[in-house]
Amino acid sequence: MEKKRKSHSVARYNKWGYIFLIPFAATYVVFQLIPLITTIYNSFFENYRSGLTIIGPNYVGLENYKTLLGNGELFSYFKNTMIMWVLGFVPQIIVSLLLGAWFSDPSLRLKCQRFFKTVIYLPNLIMASAFAMLFFTLFADGGPINSILVSLGILDEPYQFMIHVGSVRGLVAFMNFIMWFGNTTILLLAGMLGIDTSLYEAAQVDGATATQIFYRITLPLLRPILLYVLITSLIGGLQMFDVPQVLTNATGDPMRTSMTMIMYLNKHLYSKNYGMGGALSVILFIITAILSLIVFKTTASPEKKEA
Amino acid sequence: MKKRLISLLAAATMTAVMFAGCGATSDSSEAGSDAGSADDTATVAAEDEGSVLNIYCWNDEFRDRVVAHMPGYEATGDYEGKLGDVTVKFLVTPNQDNAYQNNLDENLLKQDSASADDKIDIFLVEADYALKYVDAEYTMPIADLGIADSELANQYQYTKDVMTDSKGVLKGLSWQGCPGVLIYNRAIASEVLGTDDPAEVQNAVKDWDTFKDTAAKMKAAGYKMTSTTNDAYRVFSNNVSGKWVQGNKVVIDPNIKKWVDMSKEMADAGECGTQDLWSSEWSAGFKAPGDTFCYFGPAWLINFSMGNGPDKDDDGSIAHAGGWAAANGPQGFFWGGTWICAAAGTDNAGTIAEIMRALTTNEEVMTEIVKQDSDFVNNKPAMEAAAKDDSFAFAILGGQNPLQMFCDGAGKIDLSNQSAYDQGCNEEFQKAMKNYFDGNATYEEALEQFNKAIVEKYPGLETE
Repeated sequence: MEKKRKSHSVARYNKWGYIFLIPFAATYVVFQLIPLITTIYNSFFENYRSGLTIIGPNYVGLENYKTLLGNGELFSYFKNTMIMWVLGFVPQIIVSLLLGAWFSDPSLRLKCQRFFKTVIYLPNLIMASAFAMLFFTLFADGGPINSILVSLGILDEPYQFMIHVGSVRGLVAFMNFIMWFGNTTILLLAGMLGIDTSLYEAAQVDGATATQIFYRITLPLLRPILLYVLITSLIGGLQMFDVPQVLTNATGDPMRTSMTMIMYLNKHLYSKNYGMGGALSVILFIITAILSLIVFKTTASPEKKEA
Repeated sequence: MKKRLISLLAAATMTAVMFAGCGATSDSSEAGSDAGSADDTATVAAEDEGSVLNIYCWNDEFRDRVVAHMPGYEATGDYEGKLGDVTVKFLVTPNQDNAYQNNLDENLLKQDSASADDKIDIFLVEADYALKYVDAEYTMPIADLGIADSELANQYQYTKDVMTDSKGVLKGLSWQGCPGVLIYNRAIASEVLGTDDPAEVQNAVKDWDTFKDTAAKMKAAGYKMTSTTNDAYRVFSNNVSGKWVQGNKVVIDPNIKKWVDMSKEMADAGECGTQDLWSSEWSAGFKAPGDTFCYFGPAWLINFSMGNGPDKDDDGSIAHAGGWAAANGPQGFFWGGTWICAAAGTDNAGTIAEIMRALTTNEEVMTEIVKQDSDFVNNKPAMEAAAKDDSFAFAILGGQNPLQMFCDGAGKIDLSNQSAYDQGCNEEFQKAMKNYFDGNATYEEALEQFNKAIVEKYPGLETE
């Protein structure tokens, strides 16, 4: 009797949990789930605008997917996206780990920590497109960077940053690095501060060097946070759009070597091509899911074995 | 009990707030979705004029013309004014990335369901994409506004051809003509060619071969012939032998190929840059002292883009010093031009007709535009008279009166090779060829990229 009453009151108490969940669940269904399903649905139709005439929707089965996967373009845009992401992510994670380690090390007694933490986070507050516009102007053929380099005698004539593959990709990666390393530093710092200081003390007593402490204690214990940073950055990287879009004036030039997958998706929106756009989004969804799964499996499984 | 009431209240408020958000979104999406069909029986009686006249445009040019020259117009704000009892609103969306057309298309498609004060009344279009709107039912025939053909007799024929749909119905009017000329820097001409006299400079640019020889001389003297490869593009693309799209297929005209070959040679020789039109590098030649010998352009480029005239503030431009002059150039061409269209479903037909009559048929108003703004207006007798009158000389051109050149050009413009896809084809072709000029691709590779871009923009088209 007693037991029954207890479970009853638990159920009644749970009810509030569900009620409080309604706003999130409903928002999720309306703004995420329904669009997701309609995207998949739309990808099976031919549906675009030619001038002011609307063509379709006509059911075409997997035709959109065939066109997209058949011409090999998508693969090269995927490659561009990944190259630019890796170019930005590697320095980002190195610098963030270094800064995080410094900030979290009490023996260094760094001054003005709060100030530096704010400053490194600041680039992230600027709109990506505004940031890209700034770089576009800075690195223009007649822009300030070129004038400085020429007047210092480093270059004989202005270097055309926007027509070389390396410099365009490099600039995109550099911008992503500048914008995101502060955010990553703060995440990693939070992780590092969460590590039990007695572990460090024990290691020091045992005579471990700073490098050994970093590789043997900090990094392994930081793995969950690192994994989180890696996955979120990967997903963000796959959705790279505004920086290269604005920097290359939507062309992805030279020869579309800096065109990302989302920029390609955006190209289809000129003609309001919902069919192709939908199919591309579904492919993107699958790629993201697979990559996240791979990252998750490879980084998480050794820990499981140890446990 | 009290606690429970509070939590219930909290949950209810959260849900309510959320649904309020939903309500708003579903409303707007409904408005968007049921706007597919538009009535073409849109003749509106002039007696009951709507109180708001909405004008969709992409820059301030038309507003400036209305403010300065529309009789009875009274400005009440930067983008608002009064014409009698009607409030006039200018809704500006920039052209960049097709934003203007996207916005216009969305609003035209829901014209039916929009409230009277929100309906589009006037929208402006450019020649590059005029056919897209002319051949659609969203544009009102000029005859339905009560403007007779006889009133338009003085307009240049090409300005009417652009706006005539496939059934022969006229759908829009323009106050300007845009025949182009070669605009050259007087100081550079004197230095390199030994003269800045238009007739003699014309000899140095009379056809593309001499144009190229002159380019080499300019390069030797440290100047660029044109600012970028794209400067000459229109001169070639206006003199093509066939349409961009024939049947369902995109065709590269031999004359366009000639532009590619000449531009590649000039870019490789350093006789011009490869930047986009309207980039800061492109317009760098407008600033004194200037490193660019010539630009190709119509009257509006001179009076609207090249800087302040000598009568205005000093902005350090060559224009301010009156340092430009005009010559016919290797071939005739036209560039741009803005047409006024009435949107089907407007409730201000009378006011629209009034504006169109004043700006595009009233010789007095139009002569005033030429005088004050150095524009080339769409009125044959007025322009012929002005061409012979030295008081119409352009201050920016150092006192030269180029109107005879424009008059000759306007009569010769032939628009039979226009297609509804011109804007997309021209833009994408220049973008793709930039890779070839920059040395990042062969011609074939650049062409391949053009084809890709075209199929993305116009999924219904086929490429070679």
